[in-house]
Parts: sequence; C-alpha cells; structure tokens
Amino acid sequence: MIRTLLIANRGEIACRVIRTARRMGIETVAVYSGADARAPHVRQADEAIRIGPAPATRSYLDIDAVLGAVAATGADAVHPGYGFLSENAEFADACAGAGCIFVGPSADAIRAMGSKIQAKKLVDEAGTPVVPGYLGDDQDADALAHQAEAVGFPLLIKASAGGGGKGMRLVTDATGFGAALEGARREARAAFGDDRVLLERFLTSPKHIEVQVLADTHGNTLYLFERDCSVQRRHQKVIEEAPAPTVDAALRTRMGEAAVRAARAIDYVGAGTVEFIAEAGEFYFMEMNTRLQVEHPVTEAILGLDLVEQQLRVAGGEALPFGQGDLAIRGHAIEARVYSENVRRNFLPSTGRLHRVAWPHTVRVDTGVETGAEISVHYDPMMAKVIAHGADRAAAVVALREALRETEIVGVEHNVPYLRNVLAHDRFLDGTYTTSLAEDEAAALTPRDDPLSVLAAALALVAGVRDAGPWDTADGFQTNLAREQRFTLRRGRKRLDVDVTHAGDAYHVETPEGAFEARDVVFADEHLHALVGNVRLSAAVYRIGSDVFVVKDGATERLQVRVLDASDFRAVASSGGKVTAPMPGSIAAVSVAVGDRVKAGQTLVVLEAMKMEHNIAAPGNGKVSALNVAVGERVEEGTELVVLAG
Amino acid sequence: MAILRSKVDARDPSFAANAAHHRQLSADLRQLVETIARGGDERSRKRHTGRGKLLPRDRVRGLLDQGSPFLEIGQLGGHGLYDDDIPGGGIVTGIGRVSGRECVVVANDATVKGGTYYPITVRKHLRAQEVALENGLPCIYLVDSGGAFLPMQSGVFPDKDHFGRIFYNQANLSAAGIPQLAVVMGSCTAGGAYVPAMCDVAIIVRGQGTIFLGGPPLVKAATGEEVDAESLGGGEVHSRISGVTDYLAENDEHALALAREAVASSHVRYRRTVDVMESEDPAYPVDELYGVLPRDTRTPYDVREVIARLVDGSDFDEFKQLYGDTLVCGFARMFGTPVGILANNGILFSESALKGAHFIQLADRRGVPLLFLQNITGFMVGQKYENRGIAKDGAKMVTAVACARVPKFTVVIGGSFGAGNYAMCGRAYGARMLWTWPNARVSVMGGEQAAHVLATVRGDGMAARGQEWAEADRDAFMDGIREQYEHEGHPYFGSARLWDDGVIDPVDTRRVVGLALTMATRELQAEPSRFGIFRM
Repeated sequence: MIRTLLIANRGEIACRVIRTARRMGIETVAVYSGADARAPHVRQADEAIRIGPAPATRSYLDIDAVLGAVAATGADAVHPGYGFLSENAEFADACAGAGCIFVGPSADAIRAMGSKIQAKKLVDEAGTPVVPGYLGDDQDADALAHQAEAVGFPLLIKASAGGGGKGMRLVTDATGFGAALEGARREARAAFGDDRVLLERFLTSPKHIEVQVLADTHGNTLYLFERDCSVQRRHQKVIEEAPAPTVDAALRTRMGEAAVRAARAIDYVGAGTVEFIAEAGEFYFMEMNTRLQVEHPVTEAILGLDLVEQQLRVAGGEALPFGQGDLAIRGHAIEARVYSENVRRNFLPSTGRLHRVAWPHTVRVDTGVETGAEISVHYDPMMAKVIAHGADRAAAVVALREALRETEIVGVEHNVPYLRNVLAHDRFLDGTYTTSLAEDEAAALTPRDDPLSVLAAALALVAGVRDAGPWDTADGFQTNLAREQRFTLRRGRKRLDVDVTHAGDAYHVETPEGAFEARDVVFADEHLHALVGNVRLSAAVYRIGSDVFVVKDGATERLQVRVLDASDFRAVASSGGKVTAPMPGSIAAVSVAVGDRVKAGQTLVVLEAMKMEHNIAAPGNGKVSALNVAVGERVEEGTELVVLAG
Repeated sequence: MAILRSKVDARDPSFAANAAHHRQLSADLRQLVETIARGGDERSRKRHTGRGKLLPRDRVRGLLDQGSPFLEIGQLGGHGLYDDDIPGGGIVTGIGRVSGRECVVVANDATVKGGTYYPITVRKHLRAQEVALENGLPCIYLVDSGGAFLPMQSGVFPDKDHFGRIFYNQANLSAAGIPQLAVVMGSCTAGGAYVPAMCDVAIIVRGQGTIFLGGPPLVKAATGEEVDAESLGGGEVHSRISGVTDYLAENDEHALALAREAVASSHVRYRRTVDVMESEDPAYPVDELYGVLPRDTRTPYDVREVIARLVDGSDFDEFKQLYGDTLVCGFARMFGTPVGILANNGILFSESALKGAHFIQLADRRGVPLLFLQNITGFMVGQKYENRGIAKDGAKMVTAVACARVPKFTVVIGGSFGAGNYAMCGRAYGARMLWTWPNARVSVMGGEQAAHVLATVRGDGMAARGQEWAEADRDAFMDGIREQYEHEGHPYFGSARLWDDGVIDPVDTRRVVGLALTMATRELQAEPSRFGIFRM
C-alpha cells in the first residue's frame, strides 16, 4: 500500500492526481519549478519541494532533481502524470533503483513501445493489425522504391528515429518517391543523426480511435473501451469523446481485444492506451502510450471509474476488482481541451498573465491555472479540460457547449470559441468527422470578430461610469442634449470609432461594424446586460489599463481604448528646406555634399561660435540641393547654409 | 435622519396629466437646444469642416475628458434676440473636465457670423469668466472669431461690460492664479489678438490660426503694405518669430491634445471647504417630478415633494417646520455635499421672511452653501400686513440673502414675481449660478395683476380727462398686457438675455446643482507670485 505519493508533474494533471490520492488517504508531495511557486498543485499537496528553475529540462525533466525530492520526503511512490518523465524508461529504472514505486508499467514495457518500429513488429506478431508498410533494414533506395510499390500509394516516408513530423514525406505516386526519400533522409540525418526510414500506407482521411487498457500484476488485462480523438489541430487532440460514435459493438470488441493482445505482448501493467487509426471499418495499430492519457476523464465518465485510483491500487500490488464482463458503457462523455493559443495565427501558443479565469460549474473541469497565473513559454499551453457527461451523445454535446459558454478567460488568447464552433459543426454532430476536420473546415471553425463585442464594450464604457461625484461620473452628461460620447477603440490594428448617444433609457451606438439600439442597459460587477432590439446581450467586460476585454459566450475579445495625446501627431517639421545659421560664427566642418540623402537630426554643418561647436542638423529627411558654405568661412546669423529638397 | 415621505399618488389621473404636460415642455426645450447646438447653417458648417476644422462642439468634446459632463452656460443666449438668427450667440461656453480638472471652456462658433461678437456674445464670454473667477476654474479659449460684429459696435465696444472687459478679466484671472489658456484655431483679429496674447499659454494651429491687430485689408488701407494673412500672423510666424504663441499644432486634434497637456501641467489644486459624505440617490425617482408639478403655476402643491426628489436619500432636516410654514427651510446633502435649502410653499409672510433670514444666517455661519427653490408670487400685501411691517421683515431676508458669504444657487421652479424674486436670491443677488425650469414664469408681477393694475391706472386717467373707455377696448388692452407678460415672462425670453445660466429639464436639476455645488465648495490653492521688476 502506498503511503506517500510524489507527483512528478505540474498543472491540471498534478492537481487531478492529488485529488484522488487525498481521497484514498495517501500523503501527497508536489514538486515545482521556480515558475510554479504559487501554482495550485503546490498549494494542494501536503508537501512541496522546489526542484529547479523554470525550464523543464532543469526541473520537471531532471531525473536527479525529482529523485532528490523523493529522498527528501520519503515518498514511496512516484506518479509521473503524462508528458515530462512519464514515458522515460531510465526514470522508471531510477525509481526502482531508489526503492520507490513508479506508478506505470515496467521500464522494459516503456522501452518496447518507445521504438515505433519495434512496437509495430511486436504487436504485428501478437496479431494486432498494423498499417501496411515496410519496417525492414534494407535501406537501399531501389529496394525501398520496390517496397513502396508493395505497400501502395499514397504512403508516408518516416524517419525511423523520428517524431514531430521531422523527416516525414507524403508521397502520392511512384514518380515522386525518389526525391521525397532524399528529402526525408536529409532531414532525418539533420534532426536525429540517423537517416534510416520506414514506409507506411497513408490513410487519407482516417479517424483516430484509441483503446484504454488496464492491467494488474495478477495477470488481468482489460480494455476500457475506446475514445474518438479525431478532432486535432496541428496533430494535437482538441476534443475527445467516448464511446466513439462510429464504432459499433462488434468493432468495439475487436478493437478492445486487439488492444489487450498488444498490451499482453509486452506484459503491460497499469493504465495505458493503444492508439489506432481507422478507416472504412478497418483499424491499424499506431502506437501505445504507456501512461495515463490527457483524455482519460471521458473513459472515467462513461464507466464511473477513477483511473488514477486504479493506477495506484495496481501499483500497490492489488488485483483489479472487476473483470471485463463487469464493464458497461453508461451514456456519453466529451472532453474539450482549453488551450492558451491564437487560433487565427495557426494556433500559436499565447502567453501572458491571466487577469481572470472562471470555469463552468455544471460539468467536470480539470485545471491547474487560476486567476493571476502566468502562462509562460516553458510549459504546455493547455489550461484546462472541460468534460461533459450526458445520457446520450446529443445531451453531452449540448452540456459541453453550454459549459464552454460560461467560461471566462481574460489575459491570453484561447480556443474556447473554436471549441464551441467544432461542437456545432455538422461533421462533428453526425460523428463522421476525421482527423482532417480541422484543416478541411478551418474557415468555418475559425472564430470571427463579433460586432456585438464592440457594442458591449461601448455600453460598458458608457453605462459603467457611475461614480461618487457628479463630475466623476463620466457619462457624457450635457444640459438638454442627448448624452453623447465618442471614443476610439482598437481591435488589433483596426481602428473603431464609436459614437454613443444616450437619452433616457435608450442608447444609440454607432460603430464601423453597424449601428445598434440598446435599452435596459445595466453594467454592474463587470457584467453587462442589455436588450439589443429584442435580443438579450450578456457579456463580462473587464477594463485593465487601456485594454477592454469583452467575454461573451466563452469568447474573449481584446479591445483598446485610445486616448489621443500630443505624441500621436508627427513632430512639427521645419519650414521649407532652408537651414540657416542660428548665430554668427565660422564653419568648422561640412559633413555633407550636394546630392547626399540626409535623415532628420543628421549633422550637416558644424558651426564654431562663442568657443563652442554647434552641430547644425537636418530638420527633416531630404536631399541636399545646395551647399552655400565651406570650411573656415565666416557666416552671419540667418545665413543660408544648406538647402534640402523633400 | 428625517426622510421625507411623498404623499403623491403616481396612479392619480392628475399625476399622469401633469407628467404629460411637463414632459412636453422638456421635449420642446430639448428640440430647441438641438437646433441651437447645430450652430450655423449647413453651408457654413460644410465650409468650416471643408477646411479641416472641427465644429465648435466637436472641439469641446475633443478637449474634454472621455465622458466628462459639460455644464453649459447660457445655452439659449441670443435666442430670438436679434433680427439675425445667431444660435447660442455664436459662442459655446460651459464647464467641463479636462485632464481631471474642471475648466471653463469658451469656444467661438465660426459658423455663426464668422464667430463675431454680438452684444450677447460678449455677455456670454464675460459670464463664463465670472464663473471661472468665482469657482477658481482654469479658462480655455478656443478662438475662432472675426472680432466685434461691426454693425453693432456701439453695443459691443466701449462700455464697462463690453469687449474690453474680456482682456481685463484675463489679466485679473491670471493674477488670481487661475490659468488662462488659448487655442487659436482660426482668426484672432484686432482686439481678439489679445485673447492669446494675454494667456499664460497659447497654442496655434498651423495654416488655420492667425493673430494680428490689423488684418491684411486694414494694413493695406493704413500703410499700403501688401501682405498675406499667414505671413502677417500665422502659426509659423507666431511660434518661430514673434513668440506670441508657445505651441504649434498640426491640426485641431493636435491642438486640443496640447491643450489637455497644458491643463495637466498647470498644477491647479484645491482645498475642500465642506465635509463630503457618500452620495446616495433620492428615495423617490427623479422623473416623478414631472407628475408632481401642477400644470398651472397658480395651483398650490407641497414643495417638499420636489425636495424629496433632489436630495440624497430624500433626507431633509427641516428647520422651524411649525413656524412661517410658507417658506420651507432645512439642511440636506446632494452628492454628499451639504446644502441649506430654502423653498417657497406659498406667499411670503413676515414670519416666513424672518425664518428665512434666520436660516440663511445659520447656514452662512456653518459654511453650508445655499440652494433657493423659487416659486413665489411675492410678499403678502394688504393693510394688515403693511401695518405689521412686512416691508422691514422682507428687508431682513433680502439683507440676509445679499450679505451671505457662502455660495448660493437658485432654481426657479415656478413663478418668480416681484420682491419675492429678490428675497429668494434672484439674479441680482449674486447666486453663483441660477437656472430656470421650462414651466417657470419671471416678471415683476403676474400678467393678470399687471393687466388689472395698468387698466385701472389708465381707466382712472381717462375718467379724470372725462374720456369714455369702452369695455371691449379695455379687454383688448388687458389682453395685450397679458400677452406681453406671458411672452417676456417665459423662461426662453429671460434665458436668451442671460437672466439665468440656462433653462434646465427638472430631471437634470439634481445633477446640474450637484456639478455646481462640487465646484463651489472648495478653494483654489494659488501660489503668491512675486518677482523683481523685469525691464522689458
């Protein structure tokens, strides 16, 4: 039985493991980097040890540092979470060496699945279908071209040592194979120092379906059904659901049993995931993740299980308390991953301080960030997972969409509106979506600027100004005239001139994106409510410095209030292009010649007067069209020295 | 705590009828002001904006802080006053917040007769400066004016309160530590040249602003010299050569931004003279005022219903409630600022006048500003009252009003007739600001009374000369008097002549008085400035 558990991770997964451990009466130890000193996982654990500075390589990925924390706290088990050291065989070995339980499979199992080629060979032998391909040692170009014909097109050339898309080429027919192979090898050599490649049939529009497996040390290996994780952008999962909408009972059994065979082939222990790609009723093994998956909560939801609890019990040597026959799917669950990213800039991660975060209360939310947290460049940009469980798929979709609508994130760019768009898309709703959904439907899924956000900002700026003093209330009051307020907002580089007139209960708002009539406008506690026509407009509006954040239906728009100041106007340029002597003196130096191009502030002539040298500078950019003086010449005040042409 | 309890029933049909009547008056006022606020005719406005210049009200909005209130002074000035239509008297004056400080803004409207000064234009300008002096407010002049309106020079040029007084005031305001700031956004000719020249800081817009004592035509006539306006006194000239202006702006927006910075660096600061508590809304909706007021000024009603809709929490500490009850006196707060209120609740008798005098002295001793709500037909007349000396009792109240040192404000909420106007702090009694409601009537006596008095005098005269005065002629004569009094007693008539600082919608009263009270209950902290003699 585990008494003290060290969680070698951070963020939502650390919080999630701590939650279960506490419920089981296990003491918890958090480790943290310098960037996470005030993170929730640190606060939630019974003990916390700082293991290094912000960069993960010197903290969460530093095996010695983590083991140091184990030694210091006397932890008898380590949960690695996902990512970081979770699939590091060396770490698993090191834990064993330190006399501490690694919550996961054996180091050998990790190693077996760590090599893609070895893994495929292994499961192929165990009778699990793999994608047709060539994994052989014969790397001769002609031999590979011959093998390619056998595999069939389209196919992928992949670096054997690779990952992350490096050294990968898609080849659609035999004629392009030679050149693609050259390119893939070059890249693989540069990235991994190893130019061996493998060939693999390319499925044009497959589904990504994975099977959760759970095995104990008593010989029991079960499948906990599948998850459909085909909603991916940049090869990363965004939305996952269980069960998969296109998998029927027969296929479910086939896939489950195939996954169990793969797990058994490496004597797998603990929770793991066997990933398949599926197309037209067929499925092929891709890889096995020898750890807890990010998306494990959807499986938990449909089975009413706590997978972390099962992991800890198995790690403690207990036998699984149920058999395959005891498992039944109840309802449907969907998870959405909330990322800190800029959807419109190709999902580039977004960093910054979270001025405000509010998560929905109607569904499960696993998160490790809170108001005030800094989303840094050091770690994964995932801020939370929102998981809805419903009696059926339609109910789960509605619950998740509504829950996301309640989300408020202010301070970084995020993908909540994108998630809501996916959940409303026909291809998602009918369940036929594949991994190409994000790319195919990019235009439909990318959130658009919402003119109502500008309206909400304008109304909040106008209605939310009631202050103590009659002068402090900046409502644009004027005697006998409609209250009129004009201001300039900016959305990125776009300038939005807004004009609000207010008489009685009615507000007339003109923006470049439309004119609106609003009434019943209430702005209190940073929440705006108004009727626009007959439609209710509800939004949270936060003013932080010159930024105005409008959070509406889960989407956050950042606008800026522009206050005109004198520096917005160009400096007053000189009259004409004539540069004259400011005082009498003699020319000490001439720094330009006729025809030279000069910039504002550049020295043209040096004048010596009153025992001082004076630089005579160009008043603006231009070209020297005349030079009227030479070194040593005496000049009077007002003498024309240089003429510049625009 | 003494919370006023309203006895008005909003479901009463007369309430609805009253509300409809007064809402109509307010709507009429707003419509008129909307027309006035447009300024000159469309052609003039187009020509103005076509030169890249902002309209005067846009200049004011651009100058003021985002959303700042703008308390206009003399909005109806000049309305129907001359044969020419000069909306707003060709000048926009008021108080608004610039860089966090309340400032008096004076903006010429070049779309109205080229921004020239009619007699009423001069009066508005001077009144704005008076408000600045009394409240210690920086002045910002947005200059765009051709100077005096020459056809009416005799009403503009030489008298004490004519054009010259503007510069006299600038000198003395500056001496009192009140910043004077000019933004030259158009012409500034002849006497007008002294506006920027006498300011602490002057800004000029390149290519638009000009300053000269004599324009090119006058120069040519006087000396034969031919020169264009820009070379004579444009922005470049005054910013680089003459030094008349301190900042050169690229355009109106730039100039206004520079003006905002000039105010920010003026280091104007104040000391509060009263304790300010947290503000609280009245317990009754302010817009119920429309239903509270009777349609006819002669119909009596309890003025406490008005007070209950103006003061914080409808909390009113009434003084001497049981004595002289035709004058309601008491202490309250508006936006947290203490105020002593005197409000008519009928004709002034000796007791009411004595009570008023007592209360004014009390407020003055305590340093509490006064607010007069005028609805007065006058002092009681008749043998009994004269014999008991109502004249000397009235005189006590008038003396108290005249001599009170605390800031006084007046709102004419109904009738304002005869000596009642004086006792209740009419324009002549130094109210810092005075406003009129659209339902008010102001005249030396009521039209009906005047018609009877004048008909009696005339009838007696005719009888003495043995002349007959037919009944029909007498009626026509009286109708003429009634009509004249109705016309001249109408609030627009008085406001056009600057007898008040503006006609205001009853529902805006709390805000307007609050704005003024805030400015009046503090003292400017001016630095004494002493220099040796500069030999110039």
